[in-house]
Amino acid sequence: MPVTLERIPGQEERLILSMGPQHPSTHGVLRLVLDLEGETVVRALFDIGYLHTGFEKSFECKTYSQGITLTDRMDYLAPLSNNLGFCLAVEKLLDLEIPPRAQWIRVLLTELTRIQSHLVWLGTHAIDLGAMSVFLYCFREREDILDIFEMVSGQRMMTSYFRIGGLALEPPLGWLKRVEKFVRMFPNRLEEYEALLTRNPIWLRRTKDVGTISGKDAIAFGLSGPCLRGSGVDWDIRKKQPYSSYEKFDFEVATRPEGDVYARYLVRLEEMRQSLRIVQQAMEGLPEGPIKTKAPHIVLPDREEMKTSIEALIYHFKIVSEGFHPPLGEVYQAIESPRGELGFYVVSDGSPKPYRCHVRGPSFANLQALPKLIEGRLIADVVACIGSIDIVLGEVDR
Amino acid sequence: MSADFETNLVLKKLREFSPAAIEDARDFRNELTLYLRPAFLRRACEFLRDAPGLRFEFLADLTAVDLYPNEPRFEVVYHLLSLETAERLRLKVRVSGENPQVDSVVRVWPSANAFEREAFDLFGIRFEGHPYLRRLLLPEDWEGHPLRKDYPTEGYR
Repeated sequence: MPVTLERIPGQEERLILSMGPQHPSTHGVLRLVLDLEGETVVRALFDIGYLHTGFEKSFECKTYSQGITLTDRMDYLAPLSNNLGFCLAVEKLLDLEIPPRAQWIRVLLTELTRIQSHLVWLGTHAIDLGAMSVFLYCFREREDILDIFEMVSGQRMMTSYFRIGGLALEPPLGWLKRVEKFVRMFPNRLEEYEALLTRNPIWLRRTKDVGTISGKDAIAFGLSGPCLRGSGVDWDIRKKQPYSSYEKFDFEVATRPEGDVYARYLVRLEEMRQSLRIVQQAMEGLPEGPIKTKAPHIVLPDREEMKTSIEALIYHFKIVSEGFHPPLGEVYQAIESPRGELGFYVVSDGSPKPYRCHVRGPSFANLQALPKLIEGRLIADVVACIGSIDIVLGEVDR
Repeated sequence: MSADFETNLVLKKLREFSPAAIEDARDFRNELTLYLRPAFLRRACEFLRDAPGLRFEFLADLTAVDLYPNEPRFEVVYHLLSLETAERLRLKVRVSGENPQVDSVVRVWPSANAFEREAFDLFGIRFEGHPYLRRLLLPEDWEGHPLRKDYPTEGYR
């Protein structure tokens, strides 16, 4: 029996509508139960779990290194952010220091991930509200970023490129040229999107004063990321609790006080500009040096070294066949993913597999605010609100 | 307890508020973990949320850990964040395996709603006072709680 809303006695003329799970504007397999009075949503309930695959259970029977591959598949629009969150958590558990070059490349790629994820959001959000062409433009630029990902990791989406202790391998020659080309081209493209939407009267009518939430409520409901900043709360983990050398980069945190769909739109657009600034700085100041930390019992040795050194071969065998043993303990590492606070809570019992690994998905928490955003509003606004909180159902259901 | 625990502001304030609430305190990789006694949970949470200088207004995460076959079997874990001081804090409550239940904190932080439902769904821990404690990710008629350690990872049940 699927989840439903009980009818209120005396309100029989109201319509209980099931929206989804197969609905083009729910951004995945989200099902909403709406109690409608005419076209007004009186009550709303979300029903999730259609994509539940038990990632958290799977973590418990994989070694730490194998666990990275699971993280890609949760938030499939921001795979590198998820890789980073998990790697940082395990590195904190192991107390590892990451070489600057690896940190810089991580920052560069996660910021490209942010742009890429925001592009998918913008395209789908716009198509939901009837602006077809924006979608095509956004996916054109997204493809450029995915090409860069493919270049460095061999995969467009399921990258698994960040490893515990650094990166999987040195990026190929010429990759920075591709990044540079993108950085040069992208500001103009952003102008194009803005020209289509920012002052478009239809867009304004559909997004302004729609789905408003105050900063206080946003905090209480656990909203994070652009949704929180769109309600005027100046909170960005990259600034307030910097990780992976973010304190060395110069960027601004975009906030808007209005708290409506339009504010969240402006925040994300500004975030793309700021991300581009970070990418540029990371590219220009990219340090030389190793891409992996020196910890032979944790980090796989280079292929060349394995051919000449018996120790390296033994370590390689141990890491691949058994894994490494972190100390007893537990850590929580939060990063600013494109959607908000992405937290990994890892508990170690000293064995090569995590005893427990919990993922605090930003989409999961952000979704909770949805009924508050849409109750009392027209059914057409539901679609605008879903788009504006930018959920990825793979991460919601895990 | 080490000297660090004597000077920690969070610990000091919470001790002043209710000395009996804290069962234990641990520190690992500069992350403070406080074990609270279940009876004091909700009041301690309200205090941590509202106390000036602490203001843990943001419940970042809520989950559980199964320590099977140890008893008390479960630990419910709360990750708090103060947007004012940019501090994080981990709270834990020990819950018995025979009758796994603990006070809900939805009234303290509305964001706990889905997290508690998730923990109820996957661990079978009941949160007393939760407004809508139903399964969240699994179907209503699912048997068992998959994140428990005695739940198999493969094969037929």
